[in-house]
Amino acid sequence: MTTVARRLQGKVAFITGAARGQGRAEAVRLAAEGADIIAIDLCRSAESTHYAGSTPADLAETVRLVEAQDRRIIATQADVRDFDAVSSAVRDGVAALGRLDIVVANAGICSAAMSWEIGIEQWQETLDTNLTGVFHTAKATVPVLLEQGTGGSVIFTSSVAGLRGLPFLGHYAASKHGVVGLAKSMANELGQHNIRVNTLHPHGVATGMTVNDMQPLIEQYADTLGPIFMGTLPDQVSQPEDIANAVAWLASDESRHVTGVQLPVDLGTLIR
Amino acid sequence: MGKLDGKVAFITGAARGQGRSHAIRLAQEGADIIAVDLCGQIETVAYPMSTPQDLAETARQVEALDRRIVATQADTRDLSALRAAVDAGTAELGPVDIVLANAGIAPQGGPEPDIEAMFRSVIEVNLIGVWNTVMAAVPAMIERNQGGAVVLTSSTQGLRGTGGDGSGASSGYAASKHGVVGLMRTFANWLAPHSIRVNSVHPTGVNTPMIVNDVMTSYLNDHPGVGDAMQNLLPVPMIEAVDVSNAIAYLVSDDARYVTGVTFPVDAGFTAR
Repeated sequence: MTTVARRLQGKVAFITGAARGQGRAEAVRLAAEGADIIAIDLCRSAESTHYAGSTPADLAETVRLVEAQDRRIIATQADVRDFDAVSSAVRDGVAALGRLDIVVANAGICSAAMSWEIGIEQWQETLDTNLTGVFHTAKATVPVLLEQGTGGSVIFTSSVAGLRGLPFLGHYAASKHGVVGLAKSMANELGQHNIRVNTLHPHGVATGMTVNDMQPLIEQYADTLGPIFMGTLPDQVSQPEDIANAVAWLASDESRHVTGVQLPVDLGTLIR
Repeated sequence: MGKLDGKVAFITGAARGQGRSHAIRLAQEGADIIAVDLCGQIETVAYPMSTPQDLAETARQVEALDRRIVATQADTRDLSALRAAVDAGTAELGPVDIVLANAGIAPQGGPEPDIEAMFRSVIEVNLIGVWNTVMAAVPAMIERNQGGAVVLTSSTQGLRGTGGDGSGASSGYAASKHGVVGLMRTFANWLAPHSIRVNSVHPTGVNTPMIVNDVMTSYLNDHPGVGDAMQNLLPVPMIEAVDVSNAIAYLVSDDARYVTGVTFPVDAGFTAR
């Protein structure tokens, strides 16, 4: 379906949550365009989620897929909630691969509950991972981009829930709205250095992040709240590669004059 | 092999500037082109508009890429002329997959002896012309039932009113470009069940003859506040037409098969300020 150009020859990309799903698809796609990859992933389940988390075997498979494209990859098991771990993964990766051009803050978790029934620890884990983790990713990478002095492209994975209030996802929507605010501030600060900062807003994507605890809520509130989740295009979900296609474009020089943008890849959900 | 092999794209305002750049960029990806342009002057517009020679040059550059092009002189304000251009192009190249409503005017800074005529002329080209473009091409796309992609060229002035000065031209420009967003949103809902995607692009100032001309230059010199307000976030005063074409090449390709109803800035951070 997709013709892959070689728009990222000689570039290096840092990707969080790269063991599977969107993060893996992004690593593979950017490598196919010529980039080397610095990858991190927690490689275990979160406490508050109702799906199995990624595994070391998943991260190893990402490594295999990138190396099959004849690109280099430095993959580390690291938690985005731990700034020192993120920072040292970035440092080691840049030391090994020579530079840094692209940052993809993709790692995230999702669970479901009515807002007033979200557990205190559930809230905290979601915000720590989805918002503070993105801040840690930015804090660990932007100084490298600035010191290198050759610009760069920073991409945060937000969500339709980063632009619209979605039921059962108050904590998730708060975190995903939060990264939009961070991206907008950073776009203002970093434009003068030719570092671009944009957010991506997927709807449902077929990945291991299956929010099993949401299905009963959608069924219970099918008549009142269910329709909010409808797209407009005939397909029901996107594939990880659809998000990776957008990441590849935002990472490339084709988008050199695009910054501070919220780009939906959402099956037309937001236009309804 | 390109992303758009075997596709046919209908592009308005294709004689020069962004429209020519889109024709070339899509042809590089494998598309054949149905191009229209007025190739003439509109009374309210003080800067020189495109010529038949400009359209011939677009045709030459597309053919140099080994792609086919059917180029017709036509006014986007005239729906039946657009229908005839699409019919002629389709007869030669096959059915339309991609529609780019790009034609527009920006007469800001020119004389306005009749402010009402100025306002109406901008709305006629930049808004009604876009509706005509979609109406000329989309019914056949629905009937064919193979999906497709439509991109409407709006502007940062379709999202902001920065620099507004009460003139017929600037009011007409902002109103028409905001109006294009309304068309995009309602078309996206109308056409999604047919797998036809509709998005708008929002460029900041682009280095084309519509912006880089004596009229606009003297207007900006006389109104320094407008120029200051038009500053971008990235350290570039203007973007190039190909930057918009690159965004469109993504939006009309299968890479963006789940992107619809989106207002897509290509604005060096202008709207992020």
